[in-house]
Amino acid sequence: MSKTRRISCLAAAASAIALAAAACGAPEEEGDDRGAVPDDATDCANYEQYGDLEGETISILGSIRDTEADEMMEAWSYFESCTGAVIEYEGSGEFESDMKVRVDGGNAPDIALFPQPGLMSNFADSLVPASEEVTSLATEGWTEDWLNYGTIDGTLYAAPHSSNAKSFIWYSPSFFSDNGYEVPQTWDELIALSDTIAADGITPWCVGFESGGATGWPGTDWIEDIVLREGTDVYDQWVTHQIPFNDPQIVTAIDKAGTILQNPDYVYNGTDTISSTPFQEAGYPILDGNCAMHRQASFYGAMWPADTEVSETGDVFAFRFPESNEGDNTMLVGGEFVAAFDDSESTEMVRQFLASELYHNARLQTGPWSTARQGVDPNNATTPINVFATEILTDPEVTVRFDGSDLMPGEVGASSFWTGMVQWADGDKTSQQMADDIEASWP
Amino acid sequence: MNISDLTDRFGLLAVGLVAFVAILLALYGLAELASRRDRSRAVAAVFLAPAVVFLLVGLVYPAVRTFVMSFFSGDGTEFVGLENYSWAVTNPDALQVLVNTAMWIIIVPLLSTAVGLVYAVLIDGRRGERTYKALVFLPMGISFVGASIIWKFVYQYTGSGDQIGLLNQLLVWIGAQPVNWLNESPWNNFLLMVVLIWIEVGFATVVLSAALKGVPTEIVEAARIDGASPSEIFWNVTVPSIRSAIVVVAVTVFIATLKLFDIVRAMTGGHHGTDVLAHNMWDQAFRLGNDGRGATMAVLLFALVIPVVIYQVRNMRRQELEAR
Repeated sequence: MSKTRRISCLAAAASAIALAAAACGAPEEEGDDRGAVPDDATDCANYEQYGDLEGETISILGSIRDTEADEMMEAWSYFESCTGAVIEYEGSGEFESDMKVRVDGGNAPDIALFPQPGLMSNFADSLVPASEEVTSLATEGWTEDWLNYGTIDGTLYAAPHSSNAKSFIWYSPSFFSDNGYEVPQTWDELIALSDTIAADGITPWCVGFESGGATGWPGTDWIEDIVLREGTDVYDQWVTHQIPFNDPQIVTAIDKAGTILQNPDYVYNGTDTISSTPFQEAGYPILDGNCAMHRQASFYGAMWPADTEVSETGDVFAFRFPESNEGDNTMLVGGEFVAAFDDSESTEMVRQFLASELYHNARLQTGPWSTARQGVDPNNATTPINVFATEILTDPEVTVRFDGSDLMPGEVGASSFWTGMVQWADGDKTSQQMADDIEASWP
Repeated sequence: MNISDLTDRFGLLAVGLVAFVAILLALYGLAELASRRDRSRAVAAVFLAPAVVFLLVGLVYPAVRTFVMSFFSGDGTEFVGLENYSWAVTNPDALQVLVNTAMWIIIVPLLSTAVGLVYAVLIDGRRGERTYKALVFLPMGISFVGASIIWKFVYQYTGSGDQIGLLNQLLVWIGAQPVNWLNESPWNNFLLMVVLIWIEVGFATVVLSAALKGVPTEIVEAARIDGASPSEIFWNVTVPSIRSAIVVVAVTVFIATLKLFDIVRAMTGGHHGTDVLAHNMWDQAFRLGNDGRGATMAVLLFALVIPVVIYQVRNMRRQELEAR
């Protein structure tokens, strides 16, 4: 799921720690996380609309690999057996460069699952716009916020696939209730709570930015969360570079993040350990009561140690990143988009299938997953955190914005923004210097 | 994939090869029919043509295109003149790449050759020389990526719990704080160089050891009788005698260093100030989608190799003349 998930897989696999499986979304015990696939999904009558695709082969390229890819293909298998089509899926650890090489070389896959809308728009000339059917499925299935990210120059090209909620703060429900702490609803309450916890002798926050070659990305999510809550307009202008990266509003937002991330009383083990603490393990001290909160996306639910109970009544759970302005209801998200490079009938049918409620309901049950598809039953999700995430993501009242670093050009979003965060967290650069340097790297 | 698929594919390949040979033979037959005076030239042309075509398609055309692309914008649509080159020498990140590459091509060939030479001299004529040589040559058999992963474990850092990296565990044992080695710029550059030196020392040792065998014992004995000290013998007799072998080793390692991609890619991905030319070229062109800058990096890389190649060709030519 999105860049961050893939990075976590890379980082975990590279460091060969026991986490590898968990980081890639593998359920610890397969039986627990898999529900019964709904009868609808296995009933071939529901696939009649896709016609007979016997002998057709559709190639799909994505960044999803390993267990998560197996679970995804399981949800596709009913489509395959009912229509006779064969879907050849290829998961790539180097999705960005593979896509470019394949498209430039005239060897594009029929369908690509893009984790970054910005990357997708680079290929707009080669993409096949969404057909009427796909468009109506997408309009019925996703809110306008989502469709905007699948739209290039006014034309809808891609419907979303998976979605994950990023504006989550992980905490221990029992630790909170034992000490009488309330889940904060606003930024001011969050700071007040942090002060209370600090006064009680516990460091309120656990933070870790280390992620191998992508070190720094967890920091970009912090900044994005805060900018988004200053106002969606500011966020959109910032991400599309209508205002510079070093705009005073952005610098203020970075300073605001600093009130937590650069406060020695707030950060477990001290602020100078942020850039060297691996994000995969950064939240673990919550389990020992050494810190109280850890900001990380919904996929972090799969990264806790094996015997952790992730639920509202268990060891850890998440609450939504609080709003700064009253009445706001925002969520930072990540996800994939289903774009096609081929206009054949079989590809069109797969696109329609991947945008259907039928598929999204089935996929929720083949493994830990969350989606923003309207009409699905969030309770189909296999883990409490995915039920929670899917509830929020499918709520049309929630204003959704995509992870900004995935929308910015690669030079910024996958390079200078990361390094900037590391230098800032290390105290080598002030908020202004960091913003100036990132602005200078914008192509 | 089943067997019929394979026969389909390889059957096609076989047909292609047979057709290629048939066309060549037919052309050869035609050339044979030409008049006696033109015959040898025509035959030469027939046999050279495939090689020339492959060179043009596979080497000359891409090189020219890369050069042209380096004057165009990131998406290759707009002519920008020398902008990419001015970026390469003014942008701090790009400058860092050039500085790192400079450090690599100075330090790695120097240290690899020096360590290899010292090692070769020390083990020369000793008992178990072969074993010593085999030991230091072993890393040569490991791929760059494999070596990088091995060393990544050595430098491994974990924020909490037991250190699984050798270097950090050693630090813990002597009571020091573990260090996140690969994030510590600029020292991480040297840690990456260690990997390449570790690989190349074996190569240097084997070549230089063979060269040492070729130094005539008469000269060494004569020097010793004349009262030269061991270090004088080393500097004034041994080194000049194997000078050409040393140059070959240094140049080979130099070119390998300049092209270095795998170690940086596998260990840091070019982050934390460890990027080098060959890696940044790929990063710009394929990951960041900026073809112009990628091409510029490729041209700079090419420009750096040229003097060394010229030097090497001259060296070989001189040796051939001396040999005659």
